Amino acid sequence: MSVTEGKELRIIGFLCNWCSYAGADTAGVGRFAQPTDLRIVRLPCTGRINPLFIVRAFMNGADGVLVSGCHPRDCHYSEGNFYARRRLETLKALLPVIGVDPGRFEYTWVSASEGQRWRSVVASFTEQVHALGSMPRFMSGTSLDLCLRPAVQPRVF
Amino acid sequence: MASSLDELKTAIRKALPGLDVVIAWTAGPDALSHAPLFITEEADVARIEWDPRCSQNLAGYLPGLRGKKAGIVAKGCDVRSIVELLQEKLIDREDVVIFGLDCQGAVDARSARAALGSSRGVRDVAIDGASVCFSVNGEPRFFSPGEVLQSKCFGCAGADAGLCDHFAGERGLPPQFGNPPESTLERLEAMDMEERLRFWETQMSRCIRCYACRSACPLCVCQDHCAAQSREPHWVDQTDHPREKLMFQAIHALHTAGRCTECGECERACPMGLPVMTLKRALNRRIKDVFDYQAGIDPNQTPPLFEFREVETNIKEREW
Ligand code: SF4
Ligand code: SF4
Repeated sequence: MSVTEGKELRIIGFLCNWCSYAGADTAGVGRFAQPTDLRIVRLPCTGRINPLFIVRAFMNGADGVLVSGCHPRDCHYSEGNFYARRRLETLKALLPVIGVDPGRFEYTWVSASEGQRWRSVVASFTEQVHALGSMPRFMSGTSLDLCLRPAVQPRVF
Repeated sequence: MASSLDELKTAIRKALPGLDVVIAWTAGPDALSHAPLFITEEADVARIEWDPRCSQNLAGYLPGLRGKKAGIVAKGCDVRSIVELLQEKLIDREDVVIFGLDCQGAVDARSARAALGSSRGVRDVAIDGASVCFSVNGEPRFFSPGEVLQSKCFGCAGADAGLCDHFAGERGLPPQFGNPPESTLERLEAMDMEERLRFWETQMSRCIRCYACRSACPLCVCQDHCAAQSREPHWVDQTDHPREKLMFQAIHALHTAGRCTECGECERACPMGLPVMTLKRALNRRIKDVFDYQAGIDPNQTPPLFEFREVETNIKEREW
């Protein structure tokens, strides 16, 4: 069903329980064809998202991260997504400095009824990440291995 | 700077009876960096030193002294840290007495040592306009500010004298040094994404995970509850892997986002000389653009990640 040909990439989606997770469900119930690269992590609210979840995901080998929650003013907990918006905007400055292309991370708002919109968000984000290809990985091994790099053959994972 | 040192000593002598402790600087074990001095009795006042070697930001000691009446000697950049601590209600204004100083720049001990070849025999340092003069065994040696001063001094706004309870020297005029040396952030921006990752991989492979950067940070107030040492959640694992060390730097940067005043303590404290303030600088720049906010300026302002606006003027969300 993949809209993008070839190798699947690792894209992590952090979705709030009340809007976007339900929106993804709506898309599923409507049987909308979607790319299958996305792995969803369900959270109570985007306000629960520590920006470090996203950093950790990239360090552990994600190629893209998508955050989605309730539209502003529609948060189940009234203000979680307002805080999230500020945090995620701030995070956007950190990622490129450590070598994560800005196109690998996005956040958006999808409500429970917007199955069609969910489909198009997933499709365009997946396409965007595929255009960038897989994320360059850290070398495996410890700092000592790295210092001895010319001597050892680093295994790329 | 003999005269402002005398002014400072007089002010501290006068205020000391009403205070539990005054934090200042004294000669350190190394001739290029002065050490903190905790003054509790008048006899200690004579040991105070004040010159461009007083690089350490003493504000980090204040949260731990909460509940006591503490005096603190502060350069312009140090005052910003104190203001940030006040903004976050980590210290109480009525318990802190700020002795502001007219600072003309602070020495970066690491680059000064490299420039001089050794820290031996350095007796005095003076900054006048465009040059920094070290008197080494009686001989003057001149350097340009970019060679031997901390990079933060190039963007210095001076101390906000209005916030200081006492002020020694001319009120809050910042030094003017012209163009700053190229920053790590600028160097990184010239690289592609993979090069940036490799840059950090190489830098972080030298990190010894001593967490001095954290201990020196005036805003890292979590003490034994630091995310770097928690097992649940296990943010960083214990392997000696550059990825984990970079993860810690990301934690430090994000935990100080919108709070960091770029006092430079993390880099100054790092025994490996790693450019760990770079991530914080990048976040600060964004926070300035998006929230029009700088940390540690106004004690009554709320840090940007502690609040929100329903309509954010400068946030442009992606259209799908
Ligand atoms: S890095 Fe974060 S958790 Fe650790 S002491 Fe600093 S603010 Fe606290
Ligand atoms: S001070 Fe330097 S060596 Fe120590 S943990 Fe921080 S970055 Fe690593």
